[in-house]
Formats: sequence, structure tokens, C-alpha cells
Amino acid sequence: MVIDDLIEIAEKEKAARKPCVVRCCMAAGCMSSNSQGVKEALDRAVKAAGLEDRVEVRGVGCMKLCCQGPLVQIDQEAPGATVEVQTIGKGPLYEKVTPESAASLIETIKGGSTDVSAADPQHPFFTQQFSIVLANSGIVDPERIESYIAAEGYHALHDVLREMTPKEVVDALIKSGLRGRGGAGYPTGLKWATVAKTASAQKYVICNADEGDPGAFMDRSVLESDPHAVLEGMAIAAHAVGASQGFIYVRAEYPLAISRLQTAIKQAKQLGLLGSGIFESPFNFSIDLRIGAGAFVCGEETALMASVEGKRGTPRPRPPFPAESGLYNSPTLINNVETFANVPAIIRKGADWFAGIGTEKSKGTKVFALAGKITNTGLIEVPMGTPLRKIVEEMGGGAPDGGTIKAVQTGGPSGGCIPAAALDTPVDYDSLTKLGSIMGSGGMIVMDETTRMVDVARFFMEFCMDESCGKCIPCRAGTVQMHHLLAKILERKATLRDLQKLEELCDMVRSTSLCGLGQTAPNPVLSTLRYFRQEYLDLLREDALGPGANGHSSRTTTPAPQPAGGN
Amino acid sequence: MAARTFTIDGKHVSADESATILEAASEVGITIPTLCHLDGVYDVGACRLCLVEVTGVPKLLPACTTRVAEGMDINTDSERLRKYRRMTLELLFAERNHVCAVCVANSHCELQTLAYTLGMDHVRYEYTFPRWPVDNTHSLFGMDHNRCIMCTRCVRVCWHIEGAGTKNVSGRGARSQVISDLNQPWGTSETCTRCGKCVMSCPTGALFAKGVTVSEMERDRTKLEFIVTAREKKQWIA
Repeated sequence: MVIDDLIEIAEKEKAARKPCVVRCCMAAGCMSSNSQGVKEALDRAVKAAGLEDRVEVRGVGCMKLCCQGPLVQIDQEAPGATVEVQTIGKGPLYEKVTPESAASLIETIKGGSTDVSAADPQHPFFTQQFSIVLANSGIVDPERIESYIAAEGYHALHDVLREMTPKEVVDALIKSGLRGRGGAGYPTGLKWATVAKTASAQKYVICNADEGDPGAFMDRSVLESDPHAVLEGMAIAAHAVGASQGFIYVRAEYPLAISRLQTAIKQAKQLGLLGSGIFESPFNFSIDLRIGAGAFVCGEETALMASVEGKRGTPRPRPPFPAESGLYNSPTLINNVETFANVPAIIRKGADWFAGIGTEKSKGTKVFALAGKITNTGLIEVPMGTPLRKIVEEMGGGAPDGGTIKAVQTGGPSGGCIPAAALDTPVDYDSLTKLGSIMGSGGMIVMDETTRMVDVARFFMEFCMDESCGKCIPCRAGTVQMHHLLAKILERKATLRDLQKLEELCDMVRSTSLCGLGQTAPNPVLSTLRYFRQEYLDLLREDALGPGANGHSSRTTTPAPQPAGGN
Repeated sequence: MAARTFTIDGKHVSADESATILEAASEVGITIPTLCHLDGVYDVGACRLCLVEVTGVPKLLPACTTRVAEGMDINTDSERLRKYRRMTLELLFAERNHVCAVCVANSHCELQTLAYTLGMDHVRYEYTFPRWPVDNTHSLFGMDHNRCIMCTRCVRVCWHIEGAGTKNVSGRGARSQVISDLNQPWGTSETCTRCGKCVMSCPTGALFAKGVTVSEMERDRTKLEFIVTAREKKQWIA
């Protein structure tokens, strides 16, 4: 494979384009509401209408507005022309398409009409998106490498291998300001530089695709919609740090992502884009999949590496950090799916272009999975620094049925709840940390006024308790006691002393746990206590507080009619 | 091999760069409480009792796995550390059924001793009273999961000192437990060499030699110590 071959594949793919492209979402969200059936019906309808030479029905990845799936978008040009990448995505986006209504969509190509409703393309949900990671999502066919190559795929890998030294690649990453998208936001370039500088005959690159935060599905969508971008990003990283073997650690709960990755790896190998002597350079790189067996803690990097090695997936103390001694005690670069997916675009369009997006300390874009009490659930990608209000109220359309947003939970079980009063905060790593939450991997769960914050805290604590690996005592036994205390509060059996005990445990578990899971497990409690303390106090036992007890005005100003000590 | 100088609790100390804070401290007679650490066996940093404060480092560091560094200012004892250590012990006592009065290891128990020395006079957390079984199927030893604190010393000596690989951990979180082979009765294990190192290493009464009753447990820890020191000093290599 040389660059001419790559260009030839792209040209051939472009030449084969038809004037009309009907794209049908084949990502897990829409597939769960039978988009497979829709696609088959579309194929049949095209055949029945005799439009095969004009119309291409393409299975694509996520088209973002997941709540309205299955989604189908029809782009057409004047007869004789072909649909170019630039114009794709401008046609009507049909919502909740069924196999029965699919035929009527094909009728519209011939000038007919349909009853199927289409999304408003001028809605902020679409207009405010800024796609880097999701640029190909919903456009290319994730099961055909040619489709990715036609969208400039693997060009960045070529440039890196033939025209850039590893140091130049690392420098470009540093200059871009990209920070890890897995949650902690560690500068990616710095991590690459550390691994590159560590001398070792064997190094590894690992892609962490063990996305496990409740309500988060960004990485799954990237893998299902554009798997080659992740492979290309990993290969570029491998060249930069001097690794020859990569692993993608993907959870078994993502069967479609696994199957698409397998297909993608096979196709890349066939074309010589993975393997030995890639682009006729001395660079060798292969990627293998490792399937996680359902433990949340395996998203923690040291536990993940233990699991890849076939050991029990438990974290170990750092240092040594993976960059120094990771998988099989070799220097290991470990990044998240979204981080790798950013890399080809950074190389292709330049570090300065990327650094021009976002805020001073948080560059580029971030993909968020909108879930919970919000009208438009789905995927959004916005520049860093976009105010939270714009995301949830404008793009997300606010709470459904005229409700009011009470809080937004970010960062999953390691994150916290941001109250509605702080919705004007720009979304970047540092602002969210200041609010007592974290950026996290991108899950964004919206809550309205019917949500009880103590319930939220209890839910996440139960999650952490179930997912604690059991290695260190504070996390294993501390989460059990914190969960017990939260349940006691919800049963209205707790006293002020129980609340004190809970806060004390939060501090202890945060300060003494071995890994990030335990250290951040108290965050949902701490942040809800910070912004919604009154809800906790209101749930305390009637006799828990004497008259004038601090912060409990509602009970002290209106004497309770029932006798004290009702429990 | 290079020496490092630093301070522990205000005391000027020097140690080899390969030494951990725990080793350096014990050399100068400063005791840091531990439960999962066992001399001669690799450390896992799991019990979090040996956490110490190092000036300039925001996080607490486990003394057993943190190497000393030049100029480190280490504090092994503060009100905050004492509080966390007591809470850790309280959590352990509330987690399973540690009833000293009817335990073989009564007055020979590291958990009990630590509770005394660290001043844990009562448990403020609700006891969970889990139902854990006792495995008495082995001809020489027994395993009482009610007393287990999941320090994994037995697992480590079984794999890395004896090399049998009988003991393992299964499950996660509060449901994690020490198992024999493929989670089968210990007595049916084909890999167990009956060496008893697991029993010698156990800090509590979870692993015991059969035939002893309340407070009668005597661990032959010296035997284990000899084995690991002979290893370290390479006394078996001619």
C-alpha cells in the first residue's frame, strides 16, 4: 500500500456514488428499535421503484438524535451529479421510521410525499454541534473501509509515517493541547512524550473502550460509527511512542462495537494498513481485541492491564505509572476511545487548528451523551467551553413536558450534580472540577424537579458498592456503610449523627482508597450535600433535631403535629 | 545502590533508594500499622493502614509500596491518620463476624492487637452480620470466612513462596472471598501441598490448624520468616 493506492480507493469510492444517498442508522440505539428491518425495507422499496442505479441505501453509524430513532436521512442532488461529502447531511432527517413507512420515504425521491415526520434541521441540537470525533458518524459506512478512506481516512497515518518523525508527532499532540477524554483530562501529548522517552524494546498502545458510567454511550457510538478513526489514531500513537502492538479493551456488553472493530481490523489488515511495513515504512503495528467481562473497575488503567494479562482485574498502586511500567511490565500508552478518535483530525488539519477550538486550558470538542429528563436525548459534540445551559436547554430542549431542570449530573459515579443555578458554567475540565463534579467521559444525566437528590446519591453509591473490586478496605467496606447510611436517610430513620458519619466516611474513603473508583465514589454524595443539603435534612428523623438545630428551619418554624419519636 | 536521606517524623534517616518508607521506618524503630504487609512477600497496598503523609504530596501514600526519595519529609502519625486508621478497623469489624471471645486467634490476632493499640474502643458502623461459611473439609486446616479481612497474604504466600497456587480470590466488593482452586472445598483441592504457609501468614483466625480451640492458636511465623529470609539472602543457592 502506497499513497497512490489509497487515493485510488478513495477515487473509486467517490466515482461509485449515486445522486441519492439514503442513510439509515445502524448503531445500537436505532438497531434496538428495528433499524435493521427499516434498512431491509428501504432496500426492497428502492428495488421495487426501480431506482437502484440512482439511489444508494447505506447503513451508517449514529446520527445523534437517538430518542427519535430509527433515523433515516435522504440526501439528493440534481440528476447527473453525485452526492459529495460536503453536502451530505443536508437532506431531511426522518424520525421513528418503521419498516412499514420506509417505502413512503423512497417515494419522496420521486417527488411523492410521506407522513413520516422529519427533524427540524435548524434546531440548535444540530446547528450548535461541532464535529471532530463524530465527523464521520452517520456519514460513512462503518463496515466498509473504503467508505472511511473516501472521507480522507488513513491519510493522516500516511503523512505521519512518511513525512513526520515520532518526535514531530508528539510535538504536534502537545501543541494541540488535547487532554485525555476518559475523564481525568491528563495532557495527551505529555503522556505520549513520556512513553516515547522511556527506553524499551517492547512497548504497547492500549485503547480503553471499557465505557461503564451509567448513562454514557459516547465511546460505544464512536466504535460503532467510525471504528477506523480509532484504529488510525492508535497506529499514529504507536508510531509516535515506538510501539508495535496495540490492544483495544472493549466491554462484552458492546457486541456491535466488537463486531465492527473485528471487521475494521480485518479490513485494515487486508489493505496493509495494519501489519508489517505499513505504507512501505519500517513501521509494524497490529491491534488485538480484548473483551472485558463486565467489571466497571477494569476501566481503571492498572486494573485494565491486569485484565489484558489474563489476571484478576484489580488496580495496583501507582507509581509505577503505565508509561513507565505497564502491560507485561513494558512502557504502555493507554488512552480512551475518544482521545484516539481526535488524533487523525489533529494530524490532518494541524495542531493549530485544534488548539484554536475550545478554551484556554481545554482544547477541542467534547462528545456528550444526553440522557435523563431531557427532550432530545442523544449524542452531541460541542466545543469545550460551551455553557451547560446551551447544551441542556437549547440543544437538549430542556426537561420534557414543561418540567424545570433541577440539576445535571456529569462524570458518572465519579462525578457530581451541578445545580440549575450553575448552568451558565462553561463546560471544561477546570470549571466542572471547581463545581465539585468532573468532566468525566461525557455522560450527562439531566434531572428535573421530581428527582430526589438523595435517591441519586444512593443510586450511584449502590453502583460503586457493587463495582468495588474488594481489594482495598475503604472502598470495599466504606461504600457498603455509606450506602447503608443513605438508605437509612431515605427510610427517614437517620439522625444528624448519621449524616455526620456519612460525611466523615466520604472524606475517609476519598482520602484513603487505592484507586480512582474509591477515591471518587463519595463525589455524588458530596456534591448533592453541597448543593441540596436541605433535602438530606428534610429526610432526617422527626426527633433527630432539637429546636433550633442548625439548617433545619422548616421543622423548627412549624411545629410538627405528630408526637416526636414516631419511628 | 545509592543512599537517600530524608526525615520520618522529624527524625533524620538514610536508606537505600530501593527501600520502601515502611522498611526505612522499621529500621529506625518507627512502627507503622499494617495488615496486608508480610515481610518477605511482595506488597499490594490494599489495607491502607500504612498510609502516611508526605509534605508536598496532596495524596496520602502507602508506606509499603512507596520508595523513599531524597529530601522526603514523611509523617507517619497525625490526628488525621489515626482517625482514618481507626475508621478502617471499624469498617473491618463491621464487615464480617469478628467475635474475639469465641475465636481461635483470640489474643494472637493482628486485627485485635491493632484495634487495641490504635484505640478503637467501639464500632460506630452498623454490623452487617453476613452469613459466611466455614470450610472444614481439609484434613489439617480450616478456613473461617467470617474472620477473613481479605488481606490476601495467604494467596500471595501460596503462589509466590510455596508456588502451589491453591488460594485465590473470587467475587468482587463485599462479596469477594478467598477460595481454593476453582472455588471448591479446600479438602478436594489437588494443588494444595498441605504446607500450612497460608495458616502461618493469616493475621486473624480465618485460617487455622485443626484441633485448636478458642485462644489456642499459635502461628509458626518464624518458619515462614526463615523461608523468606533464606530466599532474600539466597542461602539456597550454593
